[in-house]
Amino acid sequence: MTRPGAPLATRLPRTIALLVAFVAALLSLAVMFGATAASADVVNPDEPYRVSGNVQLDGNPLPEITLTVTGNGVDEDVVTDEEGKWAVGVPERNASYTVTLDESSLPEGIAVVDETDDTPNVKEAEVGPGGRVTVNFFIGEGTRNVTSFADQLIERVINGLRFGLMLALAAVGLSLVYGTTGLSNFAHGEMVTFGAVITLVFTQISIPIYVAIPLAIVLSGLVGFLLDAGLWRPLRRRRTGIVQLMIVSIGLSLAARYVFQYFIGGSTTQLPGADIRPIQLFGSVSLTVIDMISTAISIVVIVSFAAWLLLTRIGKATRAISDNPSLAAASGIDVDRVVRIVWVLAGGLAGLAGVLYAYYRPGIKWDMGAEFLLLLFSAVTLGGLGTAFGALVGSIVIGLIVEVSTLWIPSDLKFAAPLVVLIIILLFRPQGILGRRERVG
Amino acid sequence: MDWGQILNNTASSIISPATLAYALAALGLAVHFGYAGLLNMGIAGFMALGAYGYAIGVLTLGLPWWAAALLGLAAAAVFALILGIPTLRLRGDYLAIVTIAAAEVVRLLFLTATFDEVTGSADGLSGYHGSFRAANPIPEGTYGFGPFMYNEIGWWVRILGLLAVILAAIMVWRLMASPWGRVLKGIREDEDAVRALGKNVFSYKLTALVVGGVIAAAGGIVYALPSAVNPGVYVTSLTFFIYTALLLGGAATVFGPLIGSLIFWVLQTVLGNVLPALVQAGYLPFMTSIQAQTLRFILVGIALMLIVIFRPQGILGNKKELTFVK
Repeated sequence: MTRPGAPLATRLPRTIALLVAFVAALLSLAVMFGATAASADVVNPDEPYRVSGNVQLDGNPLPEITLTVTGNGVDEDVVTDEEGKWAVGVPERNASYTVTLDESSLPEGIAVVDETDDTPNVKEAEVGPGGRVTVNFFIGEGTRNVTSFADQLIERVINGLRFGLMLALAAVGLSLVYGTTGLSNFAHGEMVTFGAVITLVFTQISIPIYVAIPLAIVLSGLVGFLLDAGLWRPLRRRRTGIVQLMIVSIGLSLAARYVFQYFIGGSTTQLPGADIRPIQLFGSVSLTVIDMISTAISIVVIVSFAAWLLLTRIGKATRAISDNPSLAAASGIDVDRVVRIVWVLAGGLAGLAGVLYAYYRPGIKWDMGAEFLLLLFSAVTLGGLGTAFGALVGSIVIGLIVEVSTLWIPSDLKFAAPLVVLIIILLFRPQGILGRRERVG
Repeated sequence: MDWGQILNNTASSIISPATLAYALAALGLAVHFGYAGLLNMGIAGFMALGAYGYAIGVLTLGLPWWAAALLGLAAAAVFALILGIPTLRLRGDYLAIVTIAAAEVVRLLFLTATFDEVTGSADGLSGYHGSFRAANPIPEGTYGFGPFMYNEIGWWVRILGLLAVILAAIMVWRLMASPWGRVLKGIREDEDAVRALGKNVFSYKLTALVVGGVIAAAGGIVYALPSAVNPGVYVTSLTFFIYTALLLGGAATVFGPLIGSLIFWVLQTVLGNVLPALVQAGYLPFMTSIQAQTLRFILVGIALMLIVIFRPQGILGNKKELTFVK
């Protein structure tokens, strides 16, 4: 009885969408004429990132062409200048915006042509980590600039490595906590958020950023210490089961997540310096100074952490406990003390990862740890739960998958790719890359 | 403060579609976690499949509402099979990580702009009510008493939701009293012992995953019946809320999930009404009303921790039948 109605139901939204688009176009025209558009200039020049382009016909610039940029709270009209150029400032990167070229503003007989696209005058523009994107339309016989595949691959691999190293900072902590106490800590994502949020709080009370970040890391370590002393050690004393511990950590994660929302609200906030311009390095690779410093910090910290784990007494004790807690305790290692140190380190590293992640995303949001946690778990599981070096390898693999996969899949699915890979790998090698067979149940 | 209004809202939440949806999802989770000992952290994914299966069935495939609902349930069953075959061999904590990841993949697939035509991406889906409301036998009008005054559509949604909850509860009760259910509980307590008795542990677990997943998907459909499907709902937090409701009532019981969901939503409604009212009346000067709304979710997290630490068997559970795998 509903069969005739259903196609109507599917057609209806499209009709409405068309109507809305039409009305929006009319409105934008009205706005354009009303404001006599300050052409040539950048619209929203105060925003950190740019969507820009160049409208040309056979190499000749087309002035006075109207374009509309929408998405992420942006809804701006822009008119091309004498050189056919236009630019709109946008508030967020790693986000996509829709650019619509108003075909009625083109000269007579000229249109946007692209046979592979139903709506060639509407384009999705993905503002990547570089913060800039160029959108050009195919007008008449105009040609498009395409970055070669090799260049794109190099760019993504470098970004993937940067992301993987940052992931590793938090992942080694998560993995060591698991190794020494058996806890799959679902609140680790919130420890990452904590580092970012507390840095934000410090900068807002005008503490300079280079003081705020070390302070935030120290405080994150302190949080790790307090969590161990106040919650996890008493629970270990009660001999609470690992599944119970895990669900307690889920409760903690929920509570912490909403505590952040309580204090900083639901919006995204930027740390100072998040809007500096990237420097073109080679090919299509461009990084900001902060990107480079972040990566350097990640590498230095990971190398020193590995040295600590391999060379110092406490590091060796940590690995011994990860291997076999009761044997380690029997051979005179103070398990509680080592676990405490592991928690402090895990907290500090997670806090550092949070600060770096806030620059990478960019922006601080109350639930940024939730998306990060799943990547962390993927990394740690991929490498083998409980092994620090497995976590490092897993993190870099996950970072590469996240960035490189966007060459083939839509970028809004990039966080799904590592999760799918995780599930597939567990099919064939449940213990992970560096894990041991005994961990499979 | 308008206490009458607050009481009304609270009483009304007892049979709200959200409560019924949580009850169904928690019941499904009780089969997974409480009875079979499977640490499924992807219950939100099952609910999303139910809701989207229903909405897509009506909107894209043009099915009548009951066929679309069956499609939603079938989607969850297929998902349980796909998820279960590779993962059920894994130990508890691995299973938790994989299921939470799988549910997130499901959500991201519904969220992506790539399938916008079918899934509505970030806007979700709405406007699929035609056939469901046309099948409503209740004549137009407003019925009920006291706080339970709804129009014919409100009642139709609630009656179907209640029927689904009752049917699911009876089904779980009979299943768990059957030999199949006893084997399942045996697997939860000691998998190796059951295997030694010659039972195919894997197939029991897989069946349990399918049964619980289908019940949870029914919860997703009930959640979607009154209004719209929104991908922002099926996040990991939803899974954690369902766990809170389940553990509050008692994981290895039939009535526990129902009671737990009821208490969860009654408390949410009370706090969601009282806290902002307190702020407006000036009793909580250090808080805005938005912060007051956030506070109740902080309390959910703390409640979950306290339940698991101090009363892991829940309100109705039996201390001897601890449901946490070692």
